[in-house]
Amino acid sequence: MYEKHLMICGATGCISSGSQSVEEALVEALEMHKIRDKYRLVMGGCPGFCEVGPIIVVYPDEVFYCRLKPKDMAELVEKHLVGGEIVERLLYKGPDVDAPARFFDTIPFYTKQKFNVLRNSGLIDPEIIDEYIMRGGYSAFTRALDLEPAAICAEVKKAGLRGRGGAGFSTGLKWEFTLQAPGIKKYVVCNADEGDPGAFMDRSILEGDPHAILEGMLICGRAIGADEGYVYCRAEYPLAIKRLKIAIEQAEQYGLLGQNILASGYNFKVKIKEGAGAFVCGEETALLASIEGKRGMPRPRPPFPAQFGLFGKPTTINNVETLANIPLILKEGGVAEFSEIGTAGSKGTKVFALAGKIRNTGLCEVPMGITIREIIYDVGGGIKGGRAFKAVQAGGPSGGCIPAELLDLPIDYDSLNQAGAIMGSGGLVVMDERTCMVDLARYFLSFTQKESCGKCTPCREGTKRMLEILNRITEGAGIPEDLDTLDSLAASIKDSSLCGLGQTCPNPVLSTIRYFRAEYEEHINDRYCRSGVCKALFNYRIDQQRCNGCTACSRVCPVEAIEGQKKEPHAIIQELCTRCGSCIEKCPQDCIMITPVGREADVSS
Amino acid sequence: MLKSGAALETAKMDPIDLSPLDPLVEPYLGKKEMVIPVLQKVQEHYGYLPRPAMEGVSRLMQIPLSRLYGVATFYAQFKMKPRGRYIIRVCKGTACHIQGSPKIAERIEEILGVQSGVTTDDLRFTLEEVACIGACALAPVIMVNDNPHGRLTPDKVQAILDSYE
Repeated sequence: MYEKHLMICGATGCISSGSQSVEEALVEALEMHKIRDKYRLVMGGCPGFCEVGPIIVVYPDEVFYCRLKPKDMAELVEKHLVGGEIVERLLYKGPDVDAPARFFDTIPFYTKQKFNVLRNSGLIDPEIIDEYIMRGGYSAFTRALDLEPAAICAEVKKAGLRGRGGAGFSTGLKWEFTLQAPGIKKYVVCNADEGDPGAFMDRSILEGDPHAILEGMLICGRAIGADEGYVYCRAEYPLAIKRLKIAIEQAEQYGLLGQNILASGYNFKVKIKEGAGAFVCGEETALLASIEGKRGMPRPRPPFPAQFGLFGKPTTINNVETLANIPLILKEGGVAEFSEIGTAGSKGTKVFALAGKIRNTGLCEVPMGITIREIIYDVGGGIKGGRAFKAVQAGGPSGGCIPAELLDLPIDYDSLNQAGAIMGSGGLVVMDERTCMVDLARYFLSFTQKESCGKCTPCREGTKRMLEILNRITEGAGIPEDLDTLDSLAASIKDSSLCGLGQTCPNPVLSTIRYFRAEYEEHINDRYCRSGVCKALFNYRIDQQRCNGCTACSRVCPVEAIEGQKKEPHAIIQELCTRCGSCIEKCPQDCIMITPVGREADVSS
Repeated sequence: MLKSGAALETAKMDPIDLSPLDPLVEPYLGKKEMVIPVLQKVQEHYGYLPRPAMEGVSRLMQIPLSRLYGVATFYAQFKMKPRGRYIIRVCKGTACHIQGSPKIAERIEEILGVQSGVTTDDLRFTLEEVACIGACALAPVIMVNDNPHGRLTPDKVQAILDSYE
């Protein structure tokens, strides 16, 4: 028996902030005290709070240590593990708590969250199947084995689960279609090609709780009559693939995958297919083509994959998060429990990836129907650096932005659609007054334009023309007609593109024009980008009244474009300035302003 | 900039050793749907997809070379040219973009003197873009081989590059 378990976050976020060297230092400190074998160290899943990583949670004390450095480990071992005293210095501190917070329930980031899909993430060792089983894992599957396939579909339908990957189609209905499709050979496909820039919840589920996906697939296979499943995972997620492989091996050893599972006569096997880097493969027909070893190009629907899917056989394709919800629904009493949470049209919880200019970046799981304000200000802790909130981009390149006036919008499929955004996979990228909405629209379009597979003309040519116009506007050569042209191009692309990528790619442009038209007009008519992003459309100027000549700006300037004596106001030589923005980041007085080109007017940043 | 890529191809005219190809392809013989995993294995071995190896795969798997190239050039992962010892991948995700990844990319380009998609003449670095590596909370992020470097500012770039010899 171990005295304590130390869960070290081993997900990509914390590894990037150095959790591996923290773990090494911890092992070293334990060995120094000769107590290594009393403690169990788990480089496990993710508690979600990437902002304060690397994180260690000590169980059973439930103490949450964060922002750890290797040099902190000696003290942690000596004081906490040997001395039994909490190391206050390493607890969570922030403007949103009065005193250092010990654990989840006292950290504001966690108080509004509800852990369903992420129920095991960070709590269990994802590489040990027994830990998943001990938390009730695979019991929903054994229950499903006693149910008729149609009854399983009915339960999923009744729970009101909608696809978490994009369009939000009823999962139960999707299963029913595949069940009813004629044919002996059918497939389950798990779409783990999380390509939306700004979304990382699927990776976190795969890394933190891979068996939940396998259990979801097993239940799905039972429900639709499939005996084979594929997980199509991005090659950019090596850790997720590794953990999934281990999970499959262990499930096979336990007889949970393979022939005649648990003596029920049900056979099911799971294979992993690594993607090869193409955003369009998140689209279901393109994904199937890619599994078949072809170029990942979509095809017209109908026939839908439920009738004619992988290798021409009826196929159900579900996203990672959707599948992770399935065991919760199929467990005893799961339907009622699941549908209690959420709104009339959107049941359950949703995992969001919070990123951008927000204080608490990371992964959070909240009940459907929570408002955007609650997510950004209560969970997210508000905007970084005290700047003003401008908008949040929901749903990645297929979604849209939601401006400040809609902060009280409840998050569910239908209200997001009405606002011109989509739930998508659940990436929420927060933007402040220093984000240019025209540049953002241009960024998304340059992404979709590059990722367009080129099969259909509206998407291939249309995105290119739209991108040319947006490039022109951000370079200062926009003309007043551009906005109408963008509108009409967007409408044609939406109506006539072959697949979801094309049909949704104008959304970021349309929603930014809808909510930030004045910003476009300022770019076109006044040749001014007030956010200080479009380099041709602003100048930096130093406020001569406020500058105290601290030289912080002139020291950091890479092109020596800032002149001035120490303790005297500095000035920027506009001919040399490359508008790299290094100075404005460094100025302690906030006296560098973003101003229109060629005008001395005092427009403050 | 394209010049360095072309120079590099002529400089690297060492004959390609095709003997590892058979064992790489062997488990997949007769499974044409496994062409992407085969190409991934071949690339893992050679670092890119050399033409002679592509011809070998085509012969062994009995897939026309044209179709093989059709698949290989569709996916961003497959590279047709030799690459550097260290692959720098600059994340171009949304979170990274609004937190300043274009400035990071600019600084790397300045230091290395190559643009995205190009390998330095000494075969030390290849600079690439990636749609999103999913470490959005640490934006802006770059990966050098398998090591992520997060919360970057342009002035941190030089030290990171220096640490990869």
